[in-house]
Amino acid sequence: MTPTTTSARRPIHPPSAPASLFPYNPGSLLSASDLTLEGISHILTRATALENQDPLTRNRILAKRRVALLFYESSTRTRTSFELAAKALGADTTLVSSLSSSIEKGESLKDTGLTLRALGAEAIILRHNSSGAAWLLEAETRLPVLNAGDGMHEHPTQALLDLRTILAHLKPGTHMVGPETLAGVTVTIVGDILHSRVARSNMLLLPRLGARVVLCGPKELLPEMAANAGPGIIIERNFEEALKQSQVMMMLRIQAERLAGLQLDLEEYKLNYQLTGPRLAALAPTAIVMHPGPIIRGLEITAGVADGPQSVILEQVTNGVAIRMAVVERALLTATAQGARA
Amino acid sequence: MTTLLIRGGHLIDPAAGVDGPKDLLLKDGRVAEIAGPGKIKANGSEILDATGLTVAPGLIDMHVHLREPGQGYKETIASGTAAAAAGGFTAVAAMPNTKPVNDSPEITRWMQAAERGACIRVFPIAAATRGSKGEAINDFAALKSAGAVAVSDDGLPILKDSVMRETLAAAARVGLSVIQHAEDTRMTQLSGGVASMNAGPTAFRLGLRGWVNEAESSIVERDIRLVQDLRDARAHLHVAHISTAAALAAVRQARRNGLRVTCEVAPHHFLLNDEHVGMYDTNAKMCPPLRAEADRVAMIEGILDGVVDAIATDHAPHAVHEKEVEFEHAPNGITGLETALGLSLRWLHKEGKLPLGRVLSLLSAQPAALLNLKGRGTLAVGSFADVVIFDPKAEWTYNARATKSKSRNTPFDGWKMQGKVRWTISEGRIAYVSA
Repeated sequence: MTPTTTSARRPIHPPSAPASLFPYNPGSLLSASDLTLEGISHILTRATALENQDPLTRNRILAKRRVALLFYESSTRTRTSFELAAKALGADTTLVSSLSSSIEKGESLKDTGLTLRALGAEAIILRHNSSGAAWLLEAETRLPVLNAGDGMHEHPTQALLDLRTILAHLKPGTHMVGPETLAGVTVTIVGDILHSRVARSNMLLLPRLGARVVLCGPKELLPEMAANAGPGIIIERNFEEALKQSQVMMMLRIQAERLAGLQLDLEEYKLNYQLTGPRLAALAPTAIVMHPGPIIRGLEITAGVADGPQSVILEQVTNGVAIRMAVVERALLTATAQGARA
Repeated sequence: MTTLLIRGGHLIDPAAGVDGPKDLLLKDGRVAEIAGPGKIKANGSEILDATGLTVAPGLIDMHVHLREPGQGYKETIASGTAAAAAGGFTAVAAMPNTKPVNDSPEITRWMQAAERGACIRVFPIAAATRGSKGEAINDFAALKSAGAVAVSDDGLPILKDSVMRETLAAAARVGLSVIQHAEDTRMTQLSGGVASMNAGPTAFRLGLRGWVNEAESSIVERDIRLVQDLRDARAHLHVAHISTAAALAAVRQARRNGLRVTCEVAPHHFLLNDEHVGMYDTNAKMCPPLRAEADRVAMIEGILDGVVDAIATDHAPHAVHEKEVEFEHAPNGITGLETALGLSLRWLHKEGKLPLGRVLSLLSAQPAALLNLKGRGTLAVGSFADVVIFDPKAEWTYNARATKSKSRNTPFDGWKMQGKVRWTISEGRIAYVSA
């Protein structure tokens, strides 16, 4: 048979992919894109209200409600702040980590989730090394699931606490956000974008508030297609050019555990992308410097910058507790009958 | 053995050039007579009334995984062939990635034994190398005489040039084709993580490691160079479940150069793209993965322009609990035997206007020729009485829960199908009749 040219192509368009295959518990927070601007405003407002509330009245909000923390990866900040947040509202928390539980014996995520539900958990906070794990857990348990980081995919509460930190410095007092709230603000995310769930969640969240997100890094860690992840995202390979435009610098750790055989010249990386005192002073003297942690001092950022006056890294950590109080409260107090994404 | 008279149907037998109203008499497992409507006397034969139905050579799926020996919880030869018969198939070629690997005449015979309970013919494809490890080549002559119809290390491609070259040469000597699963695992299986979907914007968005097109096309191109070198030996390379435009272009060019290079495409690769992974749907995970839209369209074009030689399902059953896991941990593969005809008629024939005879040829006559299955893929007098009788106009909805397979890992649950199988007849015996 003779091959035909493309002009003879007969279009065949089978059904496109469904938007979502899973039921959605309105108390869940799986992706930064699940939240409407009203939903984000609500969380920011509640975070401040809860932070300012008398601890003795605050701990009656979720008195004796049961929240499980299910952690398949090590964590300092996220785990501790979720736990402190839930306890601050009066909830009972229990931690299940992949070590020292039946997960070591091969129990599946589904069975672990069902077991926690049978033990009375009303919400599960999940940190997992596989992308998409939070969707699976939610589909199997139908409980509100808070995604505390899934593989290389998303970390929505990190994006929310980053937003709270940015607003505190650039738009103090703002809780109600809209599509113009961060108009004119450039946020540069630098480094290992490919493996970063923090980058993905921020890339989805910040442009919806009007921010311009610049991604900066070598092509091994930042593929061109990253710019297509959503609107308002551009790539700038030159670190100093990016620095010049930015009000917010978000530095990322190189995730050695996820490099998968990728060879990277760390000396060259430092030369091109390390945030140093002189660079910051010369090119972005008023920008705030953020980092989701853990920091590798002397690699992506110098100790001087991490500890310097422009650094808001520890404020991010503190904001984590307030944001997570609001998110845990939302998980347990959002009526499941509501049906729609809040 | 009883005789069967199929009356009132419309016979389409592309290999014999027949497309018209004909009655068929099946006797002793063979086609005994073909004649115009009402011309054959019943003489006590069982009569199947095929009025309004299409009568065609039974379908042949040259790429299935029946999981026996070793993984009967996913599928058995009995359950897999029951699903095949329900889908209109009268023969399937079973890949050797069983437990243990089918790399011996003993396992090849075991799979064909009557005790397996197959309701249609099973043709084993034997492993090309010992244990499918890609090192030591098996005894192809012995495997062929035990019934193997091709050799392949499906799922575990032969990476070493020297081994693949020797495989092609040795298979050519005994008249078998080499079926290659084209995947350079040096690109898709890295120490820190295995690629679990197509590389591209969707994989980036979902935070999943991506399988680049070059991992397929580079192996196809390498294999074609080897076939070129072995031109005088008439080596036959068949590319399994081809999925990328680049690999298909390489096959097209090889054919123009007169080489014996053929390929098959699976329904999911011409109907779905990588966006169907959705939010980590493990029933959209297979190997090779669902590709970009441009690659999907290239598969359709390849079918329409004839470079694709066969539609094969890569039927790969997995138990529910195996797919209810994190996406990157889920096993590759989907079932396909019950949906191949319905999807092909719905999309290639009805929407794509590919003539019915062409669609059926891709599902019967052409795979029969590729595997050198004598007397199959046609209903000429004297051929095996392998027949599918279906209503070409009937529309129906696939319900995976009603499957005859032991597994139901399919992305096509709830999809509209066209063409409902009424009877499947394997060597003169009714293997399936619709309720």
